[in-house]
Amino acid sequence: MSVSEMFAALQGALGQDQDIREEIRKVVQALEQTAREMLTLLQGVHQGPGFQHIPKKCQKAREHFGTVRTQMESLKTKFPADQYYRFHEHWRFVLQRLVFLAAFVVYLESETLVTREAVAEILGIEADRERGFHLDIEDYLSGVLTLASELARLAVNSVTAGDYSRPLRISTFINELDSGFRLLNLKNDSLRKRYDGLKYDVKKIEEVVYDLSIRGLNKEATVGAGGEK
Amino acid sequence: GSGGFRKRKHDNFPHGQRREEKENVNPPSALMTSFKSFQLELDTRHDKYERLVKLSRDITIESKRTIFLLHRFTSAPNGEEILSESEVKLDAVRRKIKQVAQELIGEDMYQFHRAISPGLQEYVEAVSFQYFIKTRSLISVEEINKQLIFTAEDREETTNMTSNSHEKQPRTWSLRVTPVDYLLGVADLTGELMRLCISSVGNGDIDTPFELSQFLRQIYDGFTFIGNTGPYEVSKKLYTLKQSLAKVENACYTLKVRGSEIPKHMLADVFSTKTELIDQEEGLP
Repeated sequence: MSVSEMFAALQGALGQDQDIREEIRKVVQALEQTAREMLTLLQGVHQGPGFQHIPKKCQKAREHFGTVRTQMESLKTKFPADQYYRFHEHWRFVLQRLVFLAAFVVYLESETLVTREAVAEILGIEADRERGFHLDIEDYLSGVLTLASELARLAVNSVTAGDYSRPLRISTFINELDSGFRLLNLKNDSLRKRYDGLKYDVKKIEEVVYDLSIRGLNKEATVGAGGEK
Repeated sequence: GSGGFRKRKHDNFPHGQRREEKENVNPPSALMTSFKSFQLELDTRHDKYERLVKLSRDITIESKRTIFLLHRFTSAPNGEEILSESEVKLDAVRRKIKQVAQELIGEDMYQFHRAISPGLQEYVEAVSFQYFIKTRSLISVEEINKQLIFTAEDREETTNMTSNSHEKQPRTWSLRVTPVDYLLGVADLTGELMRLCISSVGNGDIDTPFELSQFLRQIYDGFTFIGNTGPYEVSKKLYTLKQSLAKVENACYTLKVRGSEIPKHMLADVFSTKTELIDQEEGLP
């Protein structure tokens, strides 16, 4: 084979590669759009009246995840199944965002941390690499870290809205999350950088809890929850 | 007395440590159990990555040494010996690549691509350099990949294989050099060819520079054909490639100009002898 033939063949391969990337980009853009809509919807919980509508908002968000699932289905068809990591960078960001949204919805509904399997199911993908388009563990953890900062914000706003018990529950949750992350040996990568931010979220929530307790508002909250008062 | 003392001592424990103790007593929550499994998963992944980085470094070093060895080819009288020595060295590199291939069994190669890419590029450079010296042509990516299919025939492997279920079948591992790694390796090759050109001028070899400039021009044309279809790194190399080509073309130009000043029948004599003669020639009016 002559040199020019070889380069022509290589150019062909690279051109195909570019086409695949173009296709992926289109689907990822649609996914980003859905994720944005969902985020706008869920941001509503931070506003005063939003606290009463949490279940309704969660339900609406769940409907959006239906759209996500169909978009994910179309993403899966855009590239060979065994080349996930070749194109990973294209959907990494939006996948992390979607993990966060799923985790946020699940937290608002049940105040628990969504498992990796559950997120995969909500998004219509696999939890295991062997079985196809999957959720990378680092992306899952990144999404969970975004949840932590969102909850820190939620703690502050729930106090403003007069809900004094929520910050205490958030505090327990975040502390457990923090000890969970402390088990991990992270490399010096983007996940590590995001993990470094977790301590500020923990600190913020502890401050809120402190403010509540020196004013005796935490007792009021627990007593109020017990229905005595 | 002593009991009370111990108790008080216990009370003096720093707060954080006591909290940890308490956590150990409690049964681990679902969240903690899943994070323990994440720890295991991440550690396994990072360990594999580190092993691959190390292999990649070894591959890089050995390939560089092979290239240095091959640069001695033109000046040495025992050309065949050097070629066979380089073959031995490249075999050693391929054994390392086999280890890489084994690490990647059942994995997505691209997940660890960044760990091994530098080594593979250097290997492409070395193997294509050797191929050029032998055949004066460019090795294709298929040819390279053909050499990276390994079977479990070596004795060291069979011991490991006993634990596997399909012992009877000769198992094969293969590693595919990606088009981009190949292109980057070939771009580095042109730098080596430029050095080869300059040193062969020093040795009084007048055919090689022209051959090289021809060859480099073909590669350069190839790269311009690809242009910015490829990733950023490829287009970055294009600049260096152009410089190498310019150097080689200038060397050829100089040879041509000087060559015409010398009577045709003397030309072979002048260039086939030592460098000093060329320098002397320069001194003449």
